[in-house]
Amino acid sequence: MRAALTMEGVDSFYGHVQVLRGFDLELKAGEVLCLLGRNGAGKTTALKTIMGLVPATAGRILLGDADLTKLAPHEVPTAGVAYVPQGRRLFSELSVGENLEIGLMTRNKGRDTRDSVLDLFPILRERLKQRSGTLSGGEQQMLAMARALCLEPQVLLLDEPTEGLMPSMIARIRETVAALRARGVSTILVEQRVDAVLPVADRVAFIENGRNRETVDVDRLRADPEMVHRYVGVG
Amino acid sequence: MTRLTPSAKGIALHVGVVLALLALNFLLPEYHRGVFARVLVLAVFAMGYNLAFGYTGLLSLGHAMFFAAGLYGAGLTIYHLEWSVWPAFAAGLAAGAGLALVVGFLALRTTGVAFMIVTLMFAQVFYLTTLYFTTYTRGEEGLVLPQAARVLGFPGGTLNLSDPSTRYLVALALFTLVLGVILFVVRAPFGRSLIAIRENDERMRMLGYNVFANKLASVVLSGIVCAASGAAYAVLFGYVGSGFAAIQYSILPLLWVLVGGAATTLGPLIGTLFMFYVIDTASSYTTAHLLVVGLVLIGVILFFPKGIAGTVRERWLPWLP
Repeated sequence: MRAALTMEGVDSFYGHVQVLRGFDLELKAGEVLCLLGRNGAGKTTALKTIMGLVPATAGRILLGDADLTKLAPHEVPTAGVAYVPQGRRLFSELSVGENLEIGLMTRNKGRDTRDSVLDLFPILRERLKQRSGTLSGGEQQMLAMARALCLEPQVLLLDEPTEGLMPSMIARIRETVAALRARGVSTILVEQRVDAVLPVADRVAFIENGRNRETVDVDRLRADPEMVHRYVGVG
Repeated sequence: MTRLTPSAKGIALHVGVVLALLALNFLLPEYHRGVFARVLVLAVFAMGYNLAFGYTGLLSLGHAMFFAAGLYGAGLTIYHLEWSVWPAFAAGLAAGAGLALVVGFLALRTTGVAFMIVTLMFAQVFYLTTLYFTTYTRGEEGLVLPQAARVLGFPGGTLNLSDPSTRYLVALALFTLVLGVILFVVRAPFGRSLIAIRENDERMRMLGYNVFANKLASVVLSGIVCAASGAAYAVLFGYVGSGFAAIQYSILPLLWVLVGGAATTLGPLIGTLFMFYVIDTASSYTTAHLLVVGLVLIGVILFFPKGIAGTVRERWLPWLP
């Protein structure tokens, strides 16, 4: 299967502290790849490095054949990568509709894109004029994802989308990720909880000390739960 | 009965405000008409400041330089080069735009407190420059533009800008034009992106926006509006002096916008008008008028924490632009 996004030997730093060390990753087209690892392992930094928010000091990050490390951070979403950061990060003073509009404008998308995105999140269609800061946590997460999808990205990066949500909302988010896979969107999903990952991921990459230790199919993970113990410390 | 949409309500309110201001030209006594004309021109200055501060979140302490660039751009060309009002006004706008582009390009490399200091320093350089070239500017004493030069020509006639009614109507025309432009800009995608940048510029970068370019566009537009106010002040009131480039004129628009309501279209007018009349009224009763002004401001902050229009919008009229 063709790679949608590839990281080859990527290093990145926060100040003088090195976080990613020769980080390798391959996201196949149309798959959901989950990054698992302990706190501080480098999962979120890997996403931020892809987005250019943390500069890659070595290695390459390829979106198809395009080298993202040569782009300014604001050019990465235009190239086709959308990022939903941890904690939703909406523009709380703007309405739901205006938040979506901000996403649509990035790549000059129009009403068709908006309608297609709202089909995935029907609840948002009823709340277009509501201020986004007044939405519930689950609805805010949906809006953050919807706003990212307004870019019609080839690659979607989701950082702990189920954090702090009630089980019914977690199930909705999982369904949405599965629906996106059916639409051909390749997704990198950062999660702490294995149970949130298994039903939706195709493969899992175990991140430790800024390196991708091993990438395995979900079926193999189900067959060998000890693997999770080894890298994450929980089962 | 058909209910107005929020957008239609907003437009109807603005049309109503402009019509009410037009009516005041015929109703106000001479003194108050003069005050209102000055307020309308300075409200344009506040509207320009509001674009950078209220909508984009750029707390500048140097906007006096953009106002003064318009003031001197128009004033010096009329006084020394004997230009007529239209090209002199255009020179004021060009001076403001050019200065805003250069200052914005350099100052926007900083954020927060550093941005405040850098803009303050640029404004001080501008102020000291007007004092240094006293031969041309006459420094604090300033230049008085001859009445004969303050005539606005247009096909089929001329307008004497020294005439109180004409002055008021021209000030209102400028105010209306800028109000329309600001209303259009803040409702357009560009305006929405400025608000989003104000909330969190890194989020906008993540979504693919060139935050620097958007902020620079905001500063330049803000500089042009402030320069328009300065140029209008020169041709309408006939005085150009260094005092308008001093730090006081960088603080005043901030105060007017905060009192009226940051990121509201009518807040700058409300704040400017309110502050003018509070100072005017208090100073007619006591020499300690600044004490009264301070107490009134404390009251405004207590009861209208988001400024007058901002708090009205939050509590009662959510459709207020």
